Amino acid sequence: MRNKFETQLDLLNNSLISMGALCENSIANAVKALQNNDLILARDVMESVKEINQKEKDIESQCLRLILQQQPVASDLRLISSILKMITDMDRIGVQAGDIAEIVTYTDLSASKDSTHIADMSEATIKMVSESIDAFVKRDLDLAHRVIKYDDVVDDLFTKVKNGIVSLIVDDKKHGEQAVDTLMIAKYLERIGDHATNIAEWVVFSITGTHVKV
Amino acid sequence: MNKFQIKNLNLYYEAFQALKNVNMNIPANEITAFIGPSGCGKSTLLKTLNRMNDLIEGCRIEGTVLMDGIDIYGSLDVNLLRKHVGMVFQKPNPFPMSIYDNIAYGPRTHGIRSKAMLDEIVERSLIDAAIMEEVKDRLKKNALDLSGGQQQRLCIARALAIEPEVLLMDEPTSALDPVSTSKIEDLVLDLKSKYTIIIVTHNMQQATRISDKTAFFLLGEVIEMNDTEKLFSNPDDKKTENYITGRFG
Repeated sequence: MRNKFETQLDLLNNSLISMGALCENSIANAVKALQNNDLILARDVMESVKEINQKEKDIESQCLRLILQQQPVASDLRLISSILKMITDMDRIGVQAGDIAEIVTYTDLSASKDSTHIADMSEATIKMVSESIDAFVKRDLDLAHRVIKYDDVVDDLFTKVKNGIVSLIVDDKKHGEQAVDTLMIAKYLERIGDHATNIAEWVVFSITGTHVKV
Repeated sequence: MNKFQIKNLNLYYEAFQALKNVNMNIPANEITAFIGPSGCGKSTLLKTLNRMNDLIEGCRIEGTVLMDGIDIYGSLDVNLLRKHVGMVFQKPNPFPMSIYDNIAYGPRTHGIRSKAMLDEIVERSLIDAAIMEEVKDRLKKNALDLSGGQQQRLCIARALAIEPEVLLMDEPTSALDPVSTSKIEDLVLDLKSKYTIIIVTHNMQQATRISDKTAFFLLGEVIEMNDTEKLFSNPDDKKTENYITGRFG
């Protein structure tokens, strides 16, 4: 009983895990490219946006097929509908990592004074993305809640970067454009944190049936 | 408001206990679905509500079933009860007579003789059962010539002709094609404002489409009764979850 369905659900889980891994890599590589002004790596990240997008389409088809064939209810329905929502956030994470990489291709920010906070932000967002997927795989409600809470850390770091940039513009008007680019990168990372929060919220929904919005 | 209040109901067929301590309120003017694996007691409970089980030898019932506060196993006349509680079965079972006579049969047994009155009842019942348009030119034709889906709607019309308050439906669409099933489901939804409807179904999608409340039965017990949307999206009981997701049953 349910053998085929269970196999289909396993495949779906694996697809989601591999999409999550692609997202984590994209953020890590985008920030590495930024720190080392590595244009080749930056272009790789921009290419991987397409791969993540393709993964989203594949998972979407898998979900729709399951809805059609299995008419899921209860925990199956919550799982499949959560995945359908999560992949939209994961796709956006990929796009935003690509946007960071694109900035690297036209500006050298490797010597930027704000690099420490940006590095902290990227570390924090990668942690959020990685743990939100982990929470999904392990059905770990506590971890999902911790991810949602951790968004405050990313938001605080964003404020620090923003304040630093404001001072930078006041002190050194020549580097205004670089300052704005850095701010955009910080904003992309902050948005990635928001998407990871959304993912964690869907994990909570798939486990409990209640969608917490913080 | 509750149409039925079932309290501590136990039902035995000889030594076999088919219903175990069932406690349930069935709201008026809502659709309540009974689901569960074969032999779990859902049809037995349905038949308890119009005392059809009385016809089975060796059947013994303990507990109370109140309809509008009146004990249906007390002094209430069974014929009167069945006038208030109509029933539609899994397999359409029109009588081997004309469409008109099928509908007029019930009212006639309840003493209505006036042709004009019977005409009116037949017309109203066929309209309410959403079959009038298809049969209006052949009311004198044999009901057995209708298609399966039409026969089932005719049986619903026949049940409506005695103006019941409750309609019991035992897997009414399990023998029908998807188009006929969809017509019956639309009809059931339309009838809800006038009648209390209780439907036994093996089709869980059907329960989610049409019912307000769903009760899940297992081995003679009611495991969970809940709002249908809640029961199918986030059931309270693990056994319900396992059954509706196909892990057993």
